[in-house]
Amino acid sequence: MSGERRSLWRILRVPLLVVLAVVVYSYTFQEADVNLDEIRSETRQTQLVRVLRALARPEVLTYERIETPTDAALALPCGPALPAAEYGPDERQIAVEPSCAEPGAEITVTGTNFSPNARGQIYQVPSSGEIELRLEEFIADENGDFVVVVDTRERPEDVPQTIRVITREPIGSVFSPEYVEVETDDLDEDGNAIVATVRSPRISEAAYNTWDRITETVMMAFLATSVGVLVAVPFSFLAARNIMREVTTTVLRLSLQILVLPVGMVAGIIAARWMQDVSLLLTDSVGLVVGGLIVIPVAIFFAIRRAFPPIDEGLVPRGERAIRVSLAGVAAVASILVLFLLADLLTDLGAWAAPSLARLAFIANFVETLGDILAAIITVITALITTGVAIQLAGRLAAVLRQSLPGGVRKAIAVPLAGLAGGVLAAILAQGVAWLYQLNDPVTTIWIPGAVGAVIGLALAIRSLRKDDIGVGLSLYYVSRTIFNALRSIEPLIMVIVFAVWVGLGPFAGSLALATHTIAALAKLYSEQVESILPGPVEAVKASGATRLQTIAYAVLPQVIPPYISFTLYRWDINVRMSTIIGFGGGGGIGFLLQQNIRLLNYQAASVNMLAIAIVVASMDYLSARIRERIV
Amino acid sequence: MLKIEHLTKVYDNGTVALKDVSFEVPDGEFLAVIGLSGSGKSTLLRCINRLIEPTEGRILWNGVDIASLSQEELRPVRRRIGMVFQHFNLVHRSKVLTNVLQGSLGYVNPVRSVFNRFPQEAIDKAFAQLERVGLEEKATSRADALSGGQQQRVGVARALMQDPEMILADEPVASLDPVLAHSIMQYLEQINQEDEVTVLCSLHFLDLVHRYADRAIALNDGVLVFEGPPQEIDDDKFREIYGKEAERVG
Ligand SMILES: Nc1ncnc2c1ncn2[C@@H]1O[C@H](COP(=O)(O)OP(=O)(O)OP(=O)(O)O)[C@@H](O)[C@H]1O
Ligand SMILES: [Mg+2]
Repeated sequence: MSGERRSLWRILRVPLLVVLAVVVYSYTFQEADVNLDEIRSETRQTQLVRVLRALARPEVLTYERIETPTDAALALPCGPALPAAEYGPDERQIAVEPSCAEPGAEITVTGTNFSPNARGQIYQVPSSGEIELRLEEFIADENGDFVVVVDTRERPEDVPQTIRVITREPIGSVFSPEYVEVETDDLDEDGNAIVATVRSPRISEAAYNTWDRITETVMMAFLATSVGVLVAVPFSFLAARNIMREVTTTVLRLSLQILVLPVGMVAGIIAARWMQDVSLLLTDSVGLVVGGLIVIPVAIFFAIRRAFPPIDEGLVPRGERAIRVSLAGVAAVASILVLFLLADLLTDLGAWAAPSLARLAFIANFVETLGDILAAIITVITALITTGVAIQLAGRLAAVLRQSLPGGVRKAIAVPLAGLAGGVLAAILAQGVAWLYQLNDPVTTIWIPGAVGAVIGLALAIRSLRKDDIGVGLSLYYVSRTIFNALRSIEPLIMVIVFAVWVGLGPFAGSLALATHTIAALAKLYSEQVESILPGPVEAVKASGATRLQTIAYAVLPQVIPPYISFTLYRWDINVRMSTIIGFGGGGGIGFLLQQNIRLLNYQAASVNMLAIAIVVASMDYLSARIRERIV
Repeated sequence: MLKIEHLTKVYDNGTVALKDVSFEVPDGEFLAVIGLSGSGKSTLLRCINRLIEPTEGRILWNGVDIASLSQEELRPVRRRIGMVFQHFNLVHRSKVLTNVLQGSLGYVNPVRSVFNRFPQEAIDKAFAQLERVGLEEKATSRADALSGGQQQRVGVARALMQDPEMILADEPVASLDPVLAHSIMQYLEQINQEDEVTVLCSLHFLDLVHRYADRAIALNDGVLVFEGPPQEIDDDKFREIYGKEAERVG
């Protein structure tokens, strides 16, 4: 029975698949608007030919040109007979056939005695002589002759009009450039145009612009890659399963840590504000700033040496421990002050040095911007650090409770704490949602999410109490994986639109978009490398009593450095490619110029842009492949 | 003194690797752990320093139950238990000296060491350990530039770096030829006798057990089937440990 059915399927399988394929492709063609009439249409074809020919002649060099007009009369419509034009025997000449026609009708223009292969345009010049209407272009043959059939414009006049052929022949050549005097747009005192001597041919405006923008493009890729690497490296460990699987905690510990989270953050913000105020006392005088920047770090150095002795002796007496903790705290607070002073010094230094550095002013500007960035992120850094410290302390507290309390009491404390922690966490998250949707009602933004969070916290706590082993690591792993995957699936070309709204059109927006995508992509690639390391060395380092951080530094990092470098180069390659088109989305760089040139139908300039892109992409590709070969 | 009580390990996939194993190891003893492949030797040794979390049972060492310690409390205990591995488990791309210094990670300041800052005493000590295993001139070579026997000597030096009270050796010589095997075993013997370090060593070859061990325990399918001096392993015992079809070689 089943054998019969199978053989029936065998017979029908191929025809069914064919029918299916036909249906699918029919639908695809309809959706993709496949239309051969467009391809065959003559106007489209001439347009295409024009574009292709322009693209084939990138305007790298600009030639000054000699314009030579040759005229012949034409009556539109027919009237009294026209006098024939008079030419010398070897002079270039044109003949129009017939010598009169209905406006819009075809005429034949025949040229003789032009220079061999000369190019030019045919114009119709109405009797006023003020405008030249372009009709057609022509190329003479090797004898300097041409015959072109053109449509006249529908501009009837009683008096004769002129058919004018203009050749524009380039002056000089790459190997023997010439100097010519041209009138510029500037006027001298008497109102005459200023005459300047220029070289012909010379490097074109388009080429200069392309050079500017292509360096911008490469720098954009460089910035995005370096920022991406800096952020992706630490995050890659969060997204590595083999590392995170082992990060587990207990209900009590996790609840305490969640509860101190907002405390740590607020403390950090307050500490940063406070230190900023202190730094303002010093920043009036450069001497004080520099002095502070020398004295305070030295003090911090000694405090840290005292607080973190090189050998871990195990248990230390309580008094000694108090000294160490307070020294570490003072050192941390002083470090914030140092950062503020540093930011101030950099900003001042940059602003002061910029005018006197002339062409190197960009270095001073960089220093100033660094100071600015530093000042902007100190508060964030501080909040992160204090939060980290608070979490650490909460962990210690949990450890002490664990040792001093019997299991039953511990669980009895842990459950309500978990409820509280769930509530607080949900309320904090709800604040973000409330901000996004502009909700202001405390019942919906605080109490309801709080209650829901509390219930979830309680339920989770009760569920996991028996084993009391919560895999926070795996949860973090899934969260970070999800975030990275989501970020990675948004193309930088789309991201740049959002960034352009934020920081304006230009390379900065482009760099930010590329950097964001790079972070997500590299974090994923890196974390896969972390997941595929040899477990043996990790086991060995762990067995010697190393902390998690030490294990990563000694057993994981050495193993992943070569693939990290290789992936970084690979990403650099991709970033160069992407930065060439990010301008289409408003991200600056060569893409911006290319888009502009295409819109202005300036295909010869666009061709220069494309040429530059091809050269840069190909050489980066080659370069990174070579470096990767060397390293891995 | 190490005292294992009712130790059971069930892996996540349901494999019961150890079933209610109990035994004692007096300080300073050289104990061999024998058994067929898959009998649970590695699992047993890794449970002792909690590289593998035991499912049930107690591991009392100097009166402390290692099985119940939290991760932070585990650090000072682990740093006194050296471990030597069948596949050496060196970090290939790191220098030999760095590999040995890893043995001091449990002692040095965790923050400083992350930045590759070791106190001078630790570095001097690492050189001393390398000298002890005869590899001082290889200190700056990369670990993967060494032969198998040399790598295992680095592994021994790394364990010594911990000032261990106990060494767990999981088939330390199974990937080495017989001559090298003896040289590594002699280092362990010397550490056991001169430094009075307790050694738990799983071994495949009975002649090594006879030659080096004070006492042996045997596992069969996760169950402790023998405990006593190696001389007591007669043909009957042998079949009980290694199965009916097994034949004695070597
Ligand atoms: N991570 C794991 N997950 C599931 N089962 C495992 C795991 N590690 C080991 N086992 C199983 O546990 C049992 C004991 O393994 P173990 O590695 O301890 O044996 P062994 O005596 O060291 O063997 P060998 O001599 O081959 O090293 C085996 O059946 C093995 O398949
Ligand atoms: Mg094994």
